[in-house]
Amino acid sequence: MKDRSHIPSSEVTPEETFLNRRFFMKSAIWAGSTLATAGLYRTFSPRPEVANTGAAIATVAEPELQTALAADEKVNSFTDIAGYNNYYEFSTDKSEVAAKAKHFVTDPWSVQVGGLVHKPRTFDLADLMKFESVERIYRFRCVEGWSMVIPWVGFPLSKLLNQVEPMSAATHVAFETYYDIKQMPDSRYAGIDLPYVEGLRLDEAMHPLTLLATGLYGKTLPNQNGAPVRLVVPWKYGFKSIKSVVKITLMDREPPTTWSLANPGEYGFYSNVNPKVDHPRWSQAHERRIGEMGSRPTLMFNGYADQVAHLYKGMDLSADF
Amino acid sequence: MTFSADTRFHRQLFVFNGLLPAVLILIDGWRGRLGANPVEFVTRATGVLTLVFLMLTLLVTPLRKIYGWNWLLKQRRLLGLYAFFYGLAHLFTYLAYDRDWELGTVVGDVSKRPFIAIGMFSFLLMVPLAVTSTNAMIKKLGGPRWAQLHRLTYYITIGGVLHYWIIVKSDVTYPFFFAVVLAVLLGWRVVASIKKARGRSATG
Repeated sequence: MKDRSHIPSSEVTPEETFLNRRFFMKSAIWAGSTLATAGLYRTFSPRPEVANTGAAIATVAEPELQTALAADEKVNSFTDIAGYNNYYEFSTDKSEVAAKAKHFVTDPWSVQVGGLVHKPRTFDLADLMKFESVERIYRFRCVEGWSMVIPWVGFPLSKLLNQVEPMSAATHVAFETYYDIKQMPDSRYAGIDLPYVEGLRLDEAMHPLTLLATGLYGKTLPNQNGAPVRLVVPWKYGFKSIKSVVKITLMDREPPTTWSLANPGEYGFYSNVNPKVDHPRWSQAHERRIGEMGSRPTLMFNGYADQVAHLYKGMDLSADF
Repeated sequence: MTFSADTRFHRQLFVFNGLLPAVLILIDGWRGRLGANPVEFVTRATGVLTLVFLMLTLLVTPLRKIYGWNWLLKQRRLLGLYAFFYGLAHLFTYLAYDRDWELGTVVGDVSKRPFIAIGMFSFLLMVPLAVTSTNAMIKKLGGPRWAQLHRLTYYITIGGVLHYWIIVKSDVTYPFFFAVVLAVLLGWRVVASIKKARGRSATG
């Protein structure tokens, strides 16, 4: 072994250099760990603002329609509506959908309407824009327990269905969302079978409140909100309001629906907003209105009971949830 | 002084980095930048941070045994206290914003929803560990008994991962990640104890 006491002085690190090196190392560790911690936090924290880049849609007034909100209910901001989305084809992280759906191609588009109808037809975007547009400010209640108020632009679904003339045997309507794993690579993590499918009873589909939305805040829909055309059924949980619709099929039986296929004990075909029927894993009695800190009591049929309760007369809504 | 002997530096580093996420959440909150649903974000962030710190406490022993980083042991209780701190923040967020401070409804929520029950139980198990995290308590309990009590961390962490897994609607990517990390951390211990037992029987 080398005799320690005889290290030549040239090999000894001068104290100053040693201290400097240590100072440098410590600073590097401080900076590195701070960047790593803050960077990790930033990766998983919400994204910033979203701009409304849609094209304007002209609407006509509907003075006779009654969908008034309570005095203390405010319309949510565009950033809230377009920056917080459930669209599992793009991401299961609601604050990430806007970025992931940015390059989704929605033009050209076609909606194939068929099944039990006398005049099956495919509608392209121009055909859809020919329907007279109206603005409808609806509450939107997600099954997860949050809600918003959204100024949709669109037209009643009944107008489109009347054009294809449903046969008398038709009792239900099935809907399907566009699906392309190349445009939606993160759909692999969705944990649900795709394409996304939904359904309504024909009388629900024909109800004047049921909308095919092509826009919000006066402009065409952002991709993350279901461009170019989506369903809006304001008295049902949000997942019934299927996005980016490519297929509408009239049927003589109840069509399968994505969430009840995924978990039949938790999600039913009807999925009407109902504060008295809890989700097995959480209560539905209250909701968090986006933009507010406190919680609000959830209203029966999301506050549209006067208009829709008659559709479910005599039904046990805890069995047909 | 070498890096591994600089305990004061380690402590500063760990205290700062453990507190940093909480500070960033507060800054984002103050600037109104916690997204559309701040309550949901804070709930999820504090929950995930609890799991992260629980995993880090369980990482100390393997790192010591594999790399000889024994200096980590002196920071382990701090990591555990951070797990407790974020767990407490998670619980407060739930009580304040999910329950609106109506504490009477918590009992019903716990009994009706298994994931709440598992989360609450895991948190309660953390309380005795936080209380006994001082030097005086180690002395009072005696090393072996203290260590035995603190093995509750295994059950707390398993409970935490289950709690996360059950609440997710369909995409289990993140809970799965934590489950894998936990399986590796616990699996390493099982293998290490088997090896140790074999070694003992071979020599004895």
